Amino acid sequence: MRVASARLSRDAPGRLGPLWTFLFRYGPPRWTEYVLKNWSGQRLVIAVPYLWLLIFFLVPFLIVLKISFAEFSPLGRPPYEPVFRWLEEGALQIKLLIGSYQYLLNEPLYVSSWLYSITVAFFSTVFCLMLGYPMAYAIARSSPTNRNVFLMLVILPFWTSFLLRVYAWIGLLKTDGVINNVLQALGIIQEPMSMMNTSFAVYIGIVYSYLPFMILPLYSNLEKHDLTLLEAASDLGAGPIRAFMRITLPLSMPGVVAGSLLVFIPAVGEYVIPSLLGRADQLMIARLLSDEFFLNRDWPKASAVAIAMLLLLVVPIMLFQHFQNKELQAQKR
Amino acid sequence: MKTQGLFSKTMLGFGFVFLYVPIISMIVYSFNDSRSVTVWNSVTSPTVKWYGKLFGDEQILSAARLSIRVAAMSASGAVVLGTLAGLVLSRFGPFKGRALLQGLTTAPLVMPEVITGLSMLLLFVSLEQLLRAVLGWQFDRGVATITIAHITFTMAYVTVVVQSRLASFDDSLEEAALDLGARPAQVFFRITVPLILPAILSGWLLAFTLSWDDLVVTQFVSGPGSNTLPMVIFSRVRLGVSPVVNALASLMVLVVALGVILSAVLMRRQEQRRKREEQMAASG
Repeated sequence: MRVASARLSRDAPGRLGPLWTFLFRYGPPRWTEYVLKNWSGQRLVIAVPYLWLLIFFLVPFLIVLKISFAEFSPLGRPPYEPVFRWLEEGALQIKLLIGSYQYLLNEPLYVSSWLYSITVAFFSTVFCLMLGYPMAYAIARSSPTNRNVFLMLVILPFWTSFLLRVYAWIGLLKTDGVINNVLQALGIIQEPMSMMNTSFAVYIGIVYSYLPFMILPLYSNLEKHDLTLLEAASDLGAGPIRAFMRITLPLSMPGVVAGSLLVFIPAVGEYVIPSLLGRADQLMIARLLSDEFFLNRDWPKASAVAIAMLLLLVVPIMLFQHFQNKELQAQKR
Repeated sequence: MKTQGLFSKTMLGFGFVFLYVPIISMIVYSFNDSRSVTVWNSVTSPTVKWYGKLFGDEQILSAARLSIRVAAMSASGAVVLGTLAGLVLSRFGPFKGRALLQGLTTAPLVMPEVITGLSMLLLFVSLEQLLRAVLGWQFDRGVATITIAHITFTMAYVTVVVQSRLASFDDSLEEAALDLGARPAQVFFRITVPLILPAILSGWLLAFTLSWDDLVVTQFVSGPGSNTLPMVIFSRVRLGVSPVVNALASLMVLVVALGVILSAVLMRRQEQRRKREEQMAASG
């Protein structure tokens, strides 16, 4: 840093002209170093992304929190009563209502869609793990050339449109769709099965869309394992299943947790998949939020749903961040 | 070892069938000459008439143009902000509020889209009120608000990519440049950026794809008249399967597949060249 500022003071007069020479006469410009190091350099660079995220990510949540305590007024623009209001005497009136939250807990429609969302997210995560773990394992243990091809095949669907991949399943699952046609032509079933607009279709859609998110963290974990541990285990008489259960599985737990969280958290709030493939009589929570907002224009209730969803997901999200940081720390070493 | 390998390899094969059958069937049926999409008309198929219809569909084409514009702007903004955030988090050491910044950059990765969308919209509504009251200035939701929302949730991905790239090498090169008299900004543009260029590029592509593909957040923050491609597709698909959408999807898969394969080939070539140079340096 000292060398840097020395260089700057040497060629600085050329840039700033007489003003600089004037200032320079009165001792070395200490403040240059200060500005360089503390303001124009670091602070500004920190400030730009920081401010952006504060304004566009943190402040919005505070607004949602505020509106979730407001009173719904169907004809207002915006359709809620102000929470903070300056009274004429100059006093600040704060009106916090917990009506929206009480509604969330008591209304059967809400309770059932909470339970349904969590159930769907949980079992989708389990199915993703059951399919993704062996896949990641096979990729991590294949030859380097094959490994790259397999990885590319896993990542490729991720780059294509999510919406269109969900759409592709409509053509397969419809009553006159590809699966029914093929099974009927083969004589396996007589009558077409109805698979669209069922929970089964939602599971298929979620597992299909989020499978890469399960495979990639698992793969990057499994790939780093020291295979001599398994050799040692087999030398000591452990069978392959025992060696897997006692060595590979425990070592891969960080990958399992990271992958599961990457599937579970977005699956709870999934909107597109249940809207296209799911049941019409059992909504997931994200759909309820969007209907409350767009159809009923009940902003306070929609905000309360969002806050409740965040509270539900805050533990998994913190866990995810914890693992993410650990991963970055590990890379550093 | 053997039975285990067999089981996992079977699952790998099954998994790839599961991943690719829907995409392949979608492409096959885009050449089907029948309105009902899933019943194969073997007399006149294959046909490219849906591709013709697609290029005459002004609604889809203008939505695609809007989406490309929004995605390019969002990706560029996200790359600038995400690279700065990644640099700050991995090179600036501990500073006040670092933990909060780290949290703010990783949270959008897992945040359910409806929450992000709702909160962004409520922010824009509040801003609208504020600006109208204070400046008397009226702004409409549209391309600008969509772009701001997309920058915010895609910059998280850029940050993670850049941060993990920066973590993979230490800062000795940067320090050397400083010692040789480069100013911090010079060091950043002449040393750091070239080193993390691959991460910046893949971050840009990732942000572009995510923005191009986003439906939920866009639905919340867009205004009347600014329909992006996913919004048009979603409203069509809700009415049922459409062969034009099949044709569009097939084209998008083709572009992505070509891009991914091309970049894989390029990366491999570069790798080989590097290895050859290393060998030559070692032997010479």
